[in-house]
Amino acid sequence: MELAFSPSEEIFRQEVRAWLLENVPSNAMPSGDTREGFEAHIDWERRLFDARLAVVSWPKEFGGRDASLWEWIIFEEEYYRAGAPQRVTQNGIFLLAPSIFQFGTPEQQERFLPKMASGEETWCQGWSEPDAGSDLAAVSSRAVRDEAAGGWRLSGQKTWTTRGAFCTHLFGLFRTDPDAQRHHGLTYLLVPLDTPGVTVRGFGRLDGDEGFAEVFFEDAFVSDDFVLGEVNSGWGVAMATAGSERGLTLRSPGRFTATADRLLALWREHGDPKDTQLRDAVTQAWIDTEAYRLQTLGVVTTLSKGGHAGPEASMVKIFWSELDVRLHELAMRILGPRAEVAETAWAKGWQFALSGPIYAGTNEIQRNVVAERVLGLPRK
Amino acid sequence: MDFAFSEDQLSFRDAVRDLLTRECTASVVRDAWSNADGRSGQVWDLLAEMGVLGILAPEVDGGLGMTMIDLVLLIEECGRVALPEPIIEHAVVCAPIIGGVVSGSRTVTSFIGGSPFALYADSCEVALVERDRRLFTVERAALRLTPETAVDGSRRLSTLEWSDSDATEVGGPLEAVAAFDRGALGAAALLLGLSHRMLEMSVEYASERRQFGAPIGSFQAIKHHLANARIALEFARPLVTRAAYSLSVGDPDASTHVSMAKAQASDAAMLTSEHALQCHGAIGYSYEYDLHMWMKRVWALSSSWGDAGLHRARVAKAVL
Ligand SMILES: Cc1cc2nc3c(=O)[nH]c(=O)nc-3n(C[C@H](O)[C@H](O)[C@H](O)COP(=O)(O)OP(=O)(O)OC[C@H]3O[C@@H](n4cnc5c(N)ncnc54)[C@H](O)[C@@H]3O)c2cc1C
Repeated sequence: MELAFSPSEEIFRQEVRAWLLENVPSNAMPSGDTREGFEAHIDWERRLFDARLAVVSWPKEFGGRDASLWEWIIFEEEYYRAGAPQRVTQNGIFLLAPSIFQFGTPEQQERFLPKMASGEETWCQGWSEPDAGSDLAAVSSRAVRDEAAGGWRLSGQKTWTTRGAFCTHLFGLFRTDPDAQRHHGLTYLLVPLDTPGVTVRGFGRLDGDEGFAEVFFEDAFVSDDFVLGEVNSGWGVAMATAGSERGLTLRSPGRFTATADRLLALWREHGDPKDTQLRDAVTQAWIDTEAYRLQTLGVVTTLSKGGHAGPEASMVKIFWSELDVRLHELAMRILGPRAEVAETAWAKGWQFALSGPIYAGTNEIQRNVVAERVLGLPRK
Repeated sequence: MDFAFSEDQLSFRDAVRDLLTRECTASVVRDAWSNADGRSGQVWDLLAEMGVLGILAPEVDGGLGMTMIDLVLLIEECGRVALPEPIIEHAVVCAPIIGGVVSGSRTVTSFIGGSPFALYADSCEVALVERDRRLFTVERAALRLTPETAVDGSRRLSTLEWSDSDATEVGGPLEAVAAFDRGALGAAALLLGLSHRMLEMSVEYASERRQFGAPIGSFQAIKHHLANARIALEFARPLVTRAAYSLSVGDPDASTHVSMAKAQASDAAMLTSEHALQCHGAIGYSYEYDLHMWMKRVWALSSSWGDAGLHRARVAKAVL
């Protein structure tokens, strides 16, 4: 056991820290979940990319630096500590990319990854539909074979698509075998949103930003080279993406340690020292944040030695999402009547934190997974 | 960075687990509720033979001269089987500072850190005691014991009195704090082990017991109770491991790390025991079934060596 980073990892940290100090905008950008804010965030992504900091863990040929998982953890710590902007490219670089690395052809990797890293192409996740939420295997959007044209014709509707109104591309699950049931007969497709027959309508999330979208498909054509993985085997590809979403890649500890640090600072500034109940709750949130960071170090140790993250990722998803709610809830309590002011980082963050237990597979569903696949309780 | 135990540490853990599973069965624990000294009989000697009692003892005393990171998993194993012995007092708190503990024939208990009771003082040869933030040893013959009956029948409690003239000083305030920290970390490790076993019992029972024509473990309410316990333990264990590491390398924040571990383990263990009982229904509430012996140990340990509140306050002082 060794709980320190190596000298070369620390040098990497210094480089990242220095760059962020120099480059992170001092004034907060408008929300990346609005059209204007999205553009500003894409400019920021371009600067990260030019510094080869957009996707540090990717191979050099696709815009990364072949950084180890440890360096990636360090990058994330520094990124959030510096108060750097939200990553509007995250659904591409964190969720889709691992699946393209795993399932994509060399041509697909060449075609999609560099533009994803630079922010030239931005990706949204097209899974949920009006009648397929937790029960994702109920998707009914269809892709019908067009042999002559060498591709698929899409129809149906996706919804809750994060930043769908601003992104250029969508990855999603479509039913390609109408006779197959449930998670059989689904295919994972990559869809340019400017394809004729695709209509996107943005709408407001809890905070009013146009962060959600509905995406409609009416006979929209996608060619064969935009199929990720095998036809009718999309479920397995999607589950790989879901694993990334629940676990490590989407929610590294750096984000929560930075929030916890801000919470402690807020307590020092505004907390009432006589309120020992609130003090203890703040302390407990700090302990939980440390627990999350350390648990991740254990997971990364396992992965670095060639192990795999299994259904345990569901425990991680439950923990970070509920921790994030608690951290923000406590900030609201410390702020008291001041918490009502809308355009503060805490009020924004609080509203976003509330969605954590819903997206990426609701926490009820994750608890079922923990019970059945970690503990081995009977399904029926 | 390498946040994992070594192969050696894991295989020692496995060997201790094998021994304890074989020798410290639930009936050994049950016997300890009614026997003379509340202890396990020969299991203590077997642990001594394996070297477990002397892991922290200096090599000059015949110990292994190792550190907490080598011991923490073994203490957790003692928790898993609800070992009725002064394992924390003897092997974790006293071993590094009092000679003669390795063979286990001279058992040591402790009465420090503001604890109202000593455990198994009636069957120990020596006690480590604290007065004015200094540590002393007192031989059994010089101690006046006032026994107290515990909810966990195997925990033989007493308050201790002694004369200063019978006390030999073995450490000052720094050693006293360090001894308390070791005790708290030891208790946290025991709590993890106890909790994992309670969870195992609950999963086994919920998979077999049928109501409404289905195993109760297929009902979502049961699943979620047990998943919540599993999650609480998942996010207590790394804090316990980190605290053991910090004690081993002499990290300046070790005391805070211990407090984080003990607060988290106490809460996780209480949650697990409540859910375990609920998922068992009435059988879990019966005296004949084993679960209560684990639960009662958890109640005792979650509030000994500082409860979650005391430890959270220590963390608050350090980080806020
Ligand atoms: C901020 C945000 C961003 C999102 N972004 C995207 C995106 O980019 N792309 C995308 O495809 N989707 C996205 N989603 C949608 C998200 O994936 C779904 O909300 C989620 O899968 C749940 O589906 P649902 O909303 O239809 O709820 P439902 O499935 O209708 O569930 C409603 C409630 O019932 C409970 N429930 C349902 N089934 C069970 C069960 N078997 N056992 C116990 N309880 C159950 C749920 O846990 C929940 O509490 C996003 C959602 C949010 C909130």
